[in-house]
Amino acid sequence: MALCIRKSPNVIRILKSKIGSLVNASLTNSHSTPFRAEDLRNPDGVLVAQPTLFMNRRYKAEEGFASQRKVDVLNFPGGKVAFTHEMNFISESYEERIPCYRVLDDSGQIIECSNFTEVSEDTARKMYSNMVTLQVMDTIFYDAQRQGRISFYLTTLGEEAINIASAAAVTSDDIIVPQYREPGVLLWRGFTLQQFANQCFSNRHDQCKGRQMPAHYGSKEHNYFTVASTIASQLPHAVGAAYSLKMDGKNACAVAFFGDGGSSEGDFHAALNFAAVMDAPVIFICRNNGWAISTPVSEQFRSDGIAIRGPAYGLRSIRVDGNDALAMYSAVHAARKVAINEHRPILIEALTYRVGHHTTSDDSTKYRPVDEIELWRSKQDPVVRFRKWIESCGWWNEGSESELRNNVRKQVLNAIQVAEKAEKPSFEDALTDVYDVRPSNLVEQEKWLRDTIKRHPQDYPSC
Amino acid sequence: MAIGFTRYAKRSLLSICSQSKRELSTHLEQDGKKSLNLCSAINQALHIAMDTDPRSYVFGEDVSFGGVFRCTTGLAERYGKSRVFNTPLCEQGIVGFGIGLAAMGNRAIAEIQFADYIFPAFDQIVNEAAKFRYRSGNQFNCGGLTIRTPYGAVGHGGHYHSQSPEAFFCHVPGIKVVIPRSPREAKGLLLSSIRDPNPVIFFEPKWLYRLAVEEVAEDDYMLPLSEAEVLREGSDITLVGWGAQLSVMEQACNDAEKEGISCELIDLKTLIPWDKETVEASVKKTGRLLVSHEAPVTGGFGAEISASIVERCFLRLEAPVARVCGLDTPFPLVYEPFYVPTKNKILDAIKSTVNY
Repeated sequence: MALCIRKSPNVIRILKSKIGSLVNASLTNSHSTPFRAEDLRNPDGVLVAQPTLFMNRRYKAEEGFASQRKVDVLNFPGGKVAFTHEMNFISESYEERIPCYRVLDDSGQIIECSNFTEVSEDTARKMYSNMVTLQVMDTIFYDAQRQGRISFYLTTLGEEAINIASAAAVTSDDIIVPQYREPGVLLWRGFTLQQFANQCFSNRHDQCKGRQMPAHYGSKEHNYFTVASTIASQLPHAVGAAYSLKMDGKNACAVAFFGDGGSSEGDFHAALNFAAVMDAPVIFICRNNGWAISTPVSEQFRSDGIAIRGPAYGLRSIRVDGNDALAMYSAVHAARKVAINEHRPILIEALTYRVGHHTTSDDSTKYRPVDEIELWRSKQDPVVRFRKWIESCGWWNEGSESELRNNVRKQVLNAIQVAEKAEKPSFEDALTDVYDVRPSNLVEQEKWLRDTIKRHPQDYPSC
Repeated sequence: MAIGFTRYAKRSLLSICSQSKRELSTHLEQDGKKSLNLCSAINQALHIAMDTDPRSYVFGEDVSFGGVFRCTTGLAERYGKSRVFNTPLCEQGIVGFGIGLAAMGNRAIAEIQFADYIFPAFDQIVNEAAKFRYRSGNQFNCGGLTIRTPYGAVGHGGHYHSQSPEAFFCHVPGIKVVIPRSPREAKGLLLSSIRDPNPVIFFEPKWLYRLAVEEVAEDDYMLPLSEAEVLREGSDITLVGWGAQLSVMEQACNDAEKEGISCELIDLKTLIPWDKETVEASVKKTGRLLVSHEAPVTGGFGAEISASIVERCFLRLEAPVARVCGLDTPFPLVYEPFYVPTKNKILDAIKSTVNY
């Protein structure tokens, strides 16, 4: 077909105006690799099969193509650009929205002809157990906050599949650069329920020394950067970390998480652009859960979500059903291969729903319909969907379910009790780690504080 | 006398930038020292930093071809484009990228082309770099990050090529702020900043890039951070400053001396954490303090020095602390001679403080 078309420049010009640049790229490059049917059954294949298409979009790869078509070109810095006599504005949107990749249907059955990465029974059981553990931990910690035992909490309810499946699809050498609604990744990597509780209760066993609000975890041992409350400011860090991994020749990538609201921040732009320009092996995972506190996505952006932004920056992108653990696992697994093997950043937009409130300081029924929350809680629950699938595989049953839930519940309650009884950190820890060593002003301030505590012990907690 | 400036005449920004062809010209002196300008001293420090640590990186807008001030000349050719590279024009990206790079155990030497353009990176500096170690309980740190950025008046810089924004960053625990006064100082302090295990903002006095020339040892040496230096001993009044302003203050000291006033001049070098003790000891001796900086007087770092010294030396002070600083206006192009804290403004303040 390509040969026939190349014989007739007029046809090309007409087609070009009608079809658009993507088709042009594959038509005019005789080295292009067409999609093969077998690739479609293999999610890794879908991503890996695309380089030629994307190479064409890198200007430096366009050498000479214009002369083949015999059209006037502008020899512009960065690559040649073809002239056209037609005044066509690029549309602000495509006729069809980017489809959402899924493997499991609502009833937890594998959709026919799905292409996905096989998951072993052990992995599937661990994924499910972790999703349940996350859910139980969230429910109990949330109640603990409501009882006034901890100052703050935020749940991951509704987003368990994104958390656990993405964690399962990468290795512990990969650097996690989290937002704040991804504690499941840490859970998967072995951070214990006691460690979660210690952080939330700000006791002296909290590795972060009680300095941040609950749910702001961080663990060097687990390659999980410390959470900050700021939005999207972690994204450029992921690019720097990924660049380091590439330069060190590591078989690892950086995985950065953020939300739909975060995509409006300047740091999102900075990170995607830097990642593309520097060929950094980083996976950006957007949890598009529909709501940034009370702001719905319709008031956040006019674009077709987040995935559409990827190509504009030169990132390969995919939209995934974030409530489908198998789809998330497959997409992240494939993305990791490309990121590391080809030194390319990848953007994954996971569609999901924040079933819980933004945090314990929020009441989301004030700004969104209860019916909407209920629909997602009941019909779209990612944990229930995954359970149906592993049950259909014969890997799970009612017995294992009740045993798991009872055990986890006991463990979480026990962790809370232990964390609550543990001592708070010593006040001196307020003044360490600002720098590697304490400068003289902090030495002076500690002495002043110590004297003040002696004079007014009633003003201070006993620590 | 420690300050070895050979010329004080101000040049326009454009004329400074246009000297790119001869800026690195040096001539060999004795004892392994070369006469270098401040730009070349910075360049030498960067070469040494890259040479001595294979995990060090230099990046920023236009650094690959040598930078708009030519401070990064020759680095990309020598160390390769993977370690010395241009970034997109995005300050928050530069600093954020640098934080991630540093958090992985690298020395990330980032350049912000002008200090006037550092503000898009303010959140990354204040909320990320400064808190990276603290919030993690010392599990993580980005101490390998050094942000180099040219600051200060140059004669024709106007609003956006002249500012001295150091005070903003002095309000941020977790960051160090370092400003050198001369080529020798610039080399030693920059190497210390790069190797310091804390994030450092290194403000370079761009007025001095080519005007300040002195003998600089060719070897790898470092000068201590958070240690002020008494440049000139005196008995009547203490003057505290940093960076390019010290040369103006030195002229005022010389003129005051002719009128029989003995001035002690201190280069603070590191603004946070700063060396209060050296300033305190000096003021206890002289009984008077004058602080001078180009940044607007209100909320400038001079206010912090003034308050701290009054706290420590109240009974020894013979006069109010004097501040001779920039006006509380945006940095104004054609009014620059009116805006800046000139020698005679300082001289007047020295006299009125001594005669209070």
